[in-house]
Amino acid sequence: MELWEYTALELGGLIQKGELSPTQAAQAALDRMAAEQDRNNAFVTCLDGEAVLAQAADVEKRLAAGEKLSPLAGVPMALKDNICTKGVRTTCASKILGDFTPPYDATAAEKLKAAGGVLLGKLNMDEFAMGSTSETSYYGPTRNPWDLDHAPGGSSGGAAAAVAAGECWYAIGSDTGGSIRQPASYCGVTGLKPTYGSVSRYGLIAYASSLDQLGPLARSADDCAAVLELMAGRDRRDGTSLDNGWGSLTASLTGDLKGLRVGLPADCFGEGLDEEVRAAVLAAAEVLKARGAVVEEFSFPMMKYVVPTYYIIAAAEAISNLSRFDGVKYGWRAEGYEDLTDLYEKTRTQGFGAEVKRRILLGTFVLSAGYYDAYYKKALQVKALIKGAYDEAFEKYDLLLTPVAPTTAPRLGESLGDPLKMYLSDIYTVPLNLAGLPGLSMPCGFDGQGLPIGAQLIGPALGEAKVLNAAHTFQLDTDYHRQSPARKEAQAK
Amino acid sequence: MKITEEMVDYVSILSRLKLPQEEKERMTGELEQILVYMDVLDGLDTSGVEPMSHVFPLKNVLRPDEVVPSGDRAALLANAPVPDEEAFLVPKTVE
Repeated sequence: MELWEYTALELGGLIQKGELSPTQAAQAALDRMAAEQDRNNAFVTCLDGEAVLAQAADVEKRLAAGEKLSPLAGVPMALKDNICTKGVRTTCASKILGDFTPPYDATAAEKLKAAGGVLLGKLNMDEFAMGSTSETSYYGPTRNPWDLDHAPGGSSGGAAAAVAAGECWYAIGSDTGGSIRQPASYCGVTGLKPTYGSVSRYGLIAYASSLDQLGPLARSADDCAAVLELMAGRDRRDGTSLDNGWGSLTASLTGDLKGLRVGLPADCFGEGLDEEVRAAVLAAAEVLKARGAVVEEFSFPMMKYVVPTYYIIAAAEAISNLSRFDGVKYGWRAEGYEDLTDLYEKTRTQGFGAEVKRRILLGTFVLSAGYYDAYYKKALQVKALIKGAYDEAFEKYDLLLTPVAPTTAPRLGESLGDPLKMYLSDIYTVPLNLAGLPGLSMPCGFDGQGLPIGAQLIGPALGEAKVLNAAHTFQLDTDYHRQSPARKEAQAK
Repeated sequence: MKITEEMVDYVSILSRLKLPQEEKERMTGELEQILVYMDVLDGLDTSGVEPMSHVFPLKNVLRPDEVVPSGDRAALLANAPVPDEEAFLVPKTVE
């Protein structure tokens, strides 16, 4: 087995036992990146080799001095490019932040560093996390390692592609409406959006503040549990961050699902869902059943309202968050302006890409006088109903199981021409952000073209232990999460 | 919901965007398509439902007001497109 085929915890285990040094792990990652970056463009910024090796040497020194650090100490990782990193350019995949170098670390970045994480670089994404394919990046699209003519999903497409290609052992993405789970699904890796507030948003460049959440992408559910433990917790600098009361998440991975009540929302398996995806997700339900889970279908009619509700709220919050990009305090400023208003308008018009501008116009419209009640206020009311529908479902079930996306990864270019169609493809992931719930995407099969299919496990608020244990148990009995595009290529030869 | 170019002009001013004609025409059509779809919410009766801005019952908490260091001025100004030693520079705004 190649080093990059290990899970993050397995690699961390080798380092703890002294069988592999952090420097060797870092060198392996650098070699892999050198081979893959030109093919998949997963990174916006690759740190140079010396900077990576210096971090590894530092971890090595700390471990030698007897510091405990963490089970993932010395394991190379990468961060989505909307997570601020002190001294490392952070672009949000936008022209407008092309030369922004944060003077501070996001809390999540700081915690991973303290735990012995070795940062390889910053991962490509849709501009300002607005998109479902990673094609709206100013720095060119990321390609899906399973088939380079296909999109990796988005917006955390670089994160999913880098893990799938074996360039890093885990990555941190952000998820506002599915941006961790959907690319994880398209790239055949495991991705977790935790409960809203689990991970501090301090230093995450905001898209929609009431929906944004950071989370891990990795090969396995076990890795996601280990990474989440390192990042989570209350933070003075984020007033919405929570005390989670989880105890040890890794210790809750017992493999025992006896009596677990799993609900299948019938409205997530109807019209619009690809047949192969449906079959694979239902087969995943059978695996859980064989381990003692009780699986039952139920009706969830709110599904038809989730996409409009999500896009109204997300766009409305985005315009407030993106008003700070004005060519004054940081980032890029247009040339040839006449006065202050002209400076703002030229900078924003030329600095933002088409999808960002579309959402700014949409958000401004739904908040404007005369339309606020019909759109924004209405959406906040529907959000309350959606949250209520989940509360009701979790009185009957411990977990819900749904597809992650209606199809497998689309071909590059296929989604860009039709924004509404792209929005509709987010149907299974966006309601969790509206309700603040944890959701995990795990690989559960392949379609006829050999592209990965994902299944989504949904838990009640702060129900991460249940979600992760179900995914862990599924992965004990299946090996979809162990397959990789490189292995497939090797077998094809 | 019918969207006109005049409505797009109006929200563009509010958004501090100035779209070239071609982009404006395209956006007008796309926004209309998106907003027509969003009208599906009209089919749901929400009378008497309290709008929900935050999903969890958070309440304000107090902490002692202690002085802690904030960002270093020079480091923060280093990211500005046009700074001087102590400020962000913009074109003259008041005659």
